[in-house]
Amino acid sequence: MSEIAISVNNLSKKYGDITAINNLSFEINKGELFGFIGPDGAGKTTLFRILCTLLLPDTGSASLCSFDAVKDYKKIRNIIGYMPGKFSLYQDLSVEENLSFFATIFGTTLEENYDLIRDIYIQIEPFKTRQAGKLSGGMKQKLALCCAMIHKPEVLVLDEPTTGVDAVSRKEFWEMLRKLKESGITIIVSTPYMDEASLCDRVALIQGGNIMSTDTPENIISQFDTALYAVKTHSMYQMMLDLKDWNQTETAYLFGQYMHLTIKDKDNNTIEAYLKSKSHKDIEIKQITPNIEDAFMRLMSK
Amino acid sequence: MIQKKDIPVIAKASPMERFGEANVVITVKNLVKKFGDFVANDDLSFEVYKGEIFGFLGANGAGKTTAIRILCGLSKPTSGELTIAGFDGYIDTEKIKKSIGYMSQKFSLYEDLTVVENIRFYGGIYGISGKEIRIRTEKLIEKLNLESVKDKLIKGLPLGWRQKLAFSVAILHEPKIVFLDEPTGGVDPITRRQFWDMIYEAANRGITVFVTTHYMDEAEYCNRVSIMVDGKIAALDTPDGLMKTFGANNMEGVFLKLARGK
Amino acid sequence: MKRFKGFVIKEFYHIFRDYRTMVILFGMPLVQIMLFGFAITTEINNAGIAILDNSKDATTQKICNKLLSSGYFKLEANLTDYKEIEPSFRKGKIKEVIIFENNFAQKLETEKKADIQIVADASDPNTASLLTSYTTNIINNYQLELMKTRQLPMQINPEVKMLYNEELKSVFMFVPGTITVLLMLISAMMTSISITREKELGTMEILLASPLKPIQIVVGKVVPYVFISFMIAVIILVLGFTVFGMPVQGSLFLLMGECLLFILMALSLGILISTVTQTQQTAMMISMFALMLPTILLSGFIFPIENMPLPLQIFSNIVPPKWFIIIIKNIMLKGVGLAYIWKETLIILGMTVFFIALSVKKFKIRLG
Repeated sequence: MSEIAISVNNLSKKYGDITAINNLSFEINKGELFGFIGPDGAGKTTLFRILCTLLLPDTGSASLCSFDAVKDYKKIRNIIGYMPGKFSLYQDLSVEENLSFFATIFGTTLEENYDLIRDIYIQIEPFKTRQAGKLSGGMKQKLALCCAMIHKPEVLVLDEPTTGVDAVSRKEFWEMLRKLKESGITIIVSTPYMDEASLCDRVALIQGGNIMSTDTPENIISQFDTALYAVKTHSMYQMMLDLKDWNQTETAYLFGQYMHLTIKDKDNNTIEAYLKSKSHKDIEIKQITPNIEDAFMRLMSK
Repeated sequence: MIQKKDIPVIAKASPMERFGEANVVITVKNLVKKFGDFVANDDLSFEVYKGEIFGFLGANGAGKTTAIRILCGLSKPTSGELTIAGFDGYIDTEKIKKSIGYMSQKFSLYEDLTVVENIRFYGGIYGISGKEIRIRTEKLIEKLNLESVKDKLIKGLPLGWRQKLAFSVAILHEPKIVFLDEPTGGVDPITRRQFWDMIYEAANRGITVFVTTHYMDEAEYCNRVSIMVDGKIAALDTPDGLMKTFGANNMEGVFLKLARGK
Repeated sequence: MKRFKGFVIKEFYHIFRDYRTMVILFGMPLVQIMLFGFAITTEINNAGIAILDNSKDATTQKICNKLLSSGYFKLEANLTDYKEIEPSFRKGKIKEVIIFENNFAQKLETEKKADIQIVADASDPNTASLLTSYTTNIINNYQLELMKTRQLPMQINPEVKMLYNEELKSVFMFVPGTITVLLMLISAMMTSISITREKELGTMEILLASPLKPIQIVVGKVVPYVFISFMIAVIILVLGFTVFGMPVQGSLFLLMGECLLFILMALSLGILISTVTQTQQTAMMISMFALMLPTILLSGFIFPIENMPLPLQIFSNIVPPKWFIIIIKNIMLKGVGLAYIWKETLIILGMTVFFIALSVKKFKIRLG
């Protein structure tokens, strides 16, 4: 069994009447790339702040590298690298100044841990004298990651690092995380983008303060308990209306150019018959393997 | 709630066949916008049709925001032709503003006003009469099932509800075009789809929807998609057409090929 | 210590890159001193005076001639009775009345001593004080002339009386006042804004999640502003000296030390404000209303504390600038040493310790 890096037991936190996270328990192994997937308001940020010793939980406990998140907060602060959800660097300092500032407050230098961040840093090095506020979104993200790692943390906590970043930069960012993982750092990431789940070793699907499922992306998909069909006809909008009207439809959601459909009846021939009866043309129906988003929505509507 | 008659055939037909030349609502020809030496928009040319859902994609910093500001009449182009909703983009910016709606993820509703107050405020600034505002408010609240929270502050509403309400408010004055700037960021997947149901409905009513998004599957919901790279429009076609041209299975593949190849 | 140094350097970057704020910070003392300077040193020309000459002898005549030929004064009326003084002021043309006592020349000869009473309309205190000082100067000059010719010690006593505002404030009040207001403003407001800015930016989250100790963050924030505030205090003193000719009678070293103490007090107040606010905007509002207004209104800077209603007088005791104004006034104008102002110094020191203790206690090691 691999070593446990993070262990959370029955963790809850409320803000007034609103439950931010509700009785969460999970364990994350050392060296794992673990994703918390869920929309805004699911409780990801609250959870991460508790893990980073920035918030106190109401009940339950959390520990990082066997340090308690409440009692041993000073020790934890030395071993984590934290990248908050909002871009949190000094806009009026240059790339280089930001980096060396964060290096100093962690009692290290840029040179000392240069190897760790080199791959990422060389991409932004040409702009090292530019003020951070004037970088593009993708570059800000890279700089923030460098700053969070400059002290060679044991656990990297990244709160929605890819939100608002374009698809290309997002992909690059995940490639960087995969590489970092190889150096043995435990990484926990939160994201609202469901498609990023497949890039993690394990994920927790989180919604409304509850973890709906924790597993590898493959296992989560294999737990999808019904047949899923991708359906397409000549008129997307008409099909959407017709399928939502149909008494056999269980769920029908748009997915790119298809609708993903689950039906009460186990016989998929009825779909085509129904659509034909509604005078649809160019009907295309195929059974597909669900993706994480399908699984998420399935769990959500339970 | 959704009228089923007169639904246009959306998917396969080419935009020209479908919408016809008479129904052009946005014309952009050789549009250039420079900031000093920096060319933010380099020779953009495209047309958008009535009732079309037009996806406007591009990497961060590709020039999307600049282009949207110009299209909304908030910024004047350096050169090029520009007609929005029949108005000249240089002279009639005030008229343009009246015939468009705008919603973004970052700012949409006033958090410290209630649902009803927000609707009333936006109705007011677009010059809808008091009586008409009351009628539309009632309809809207019923349609979005907000009866129980209509006097609650926006602050306390879940993000998904807020975004749906924000969209409804942006089209409250029945604009010819509505600009949506990353309208679904951070919203849960079910609500995101409900949001797109609303977009389809609005487009079906004849409102042109001009939308930016970082969700590549959402790009596939659009009738046509343009992808900006370094200030230029690198590709513009139906999602199918783009996938064929670039030999990709989905829009993400198209986007990565285009935006990465710089 | 290296961490701390890095932190302070970062703060200086912030300050020097925000050149707009810099211009305001250093421009403000300049503008304020210039404004006060020019508003106060208006030249006096042909001010209307009245003379009540009870002796009407050669000496009083000579003094009158000296006064009127100086060009500063214009004789508006010759009075014959004390009762006429008040009404003549009320008419508004007369700013000053000069009264010679009975048998002026005779008294000066026999008793070597005679009195002149100068009554001024102090509803405009600046003009009044200028007029009376001009008048006494002219009389003193005349006296010196007399002494030279007669070789005998003689004394004319100009006895100045201010009407309507007997608490005539010295024009020099403005320099201590301006120092106080600006130090308060810059120290308290700038630190509270600079800490809340980190909260708004989200960088505070990273700082808290780092091994930096709260005390390092707080002190690191304060150090640059100690420098800046101190420089501003020096600028004001230099300007006060060059524009006003306002000297520092007491020890310059003591004055600077007291300024430093007051700066520390204001900075700790600023930190305290930042611990209870989340945004730059609220921090600024609180600094403006909770600190600036009492500093200007209740410190004795503009309105004499003795003239306030009792509750406000009591309240003014917890307004730190009140004590600081007393201190610097005493050092600058009276030239006293620490022996005379140790009580006030101790009060400010106490307040500083209190605010620092409170803000260290309030400064959260976590969010929310």
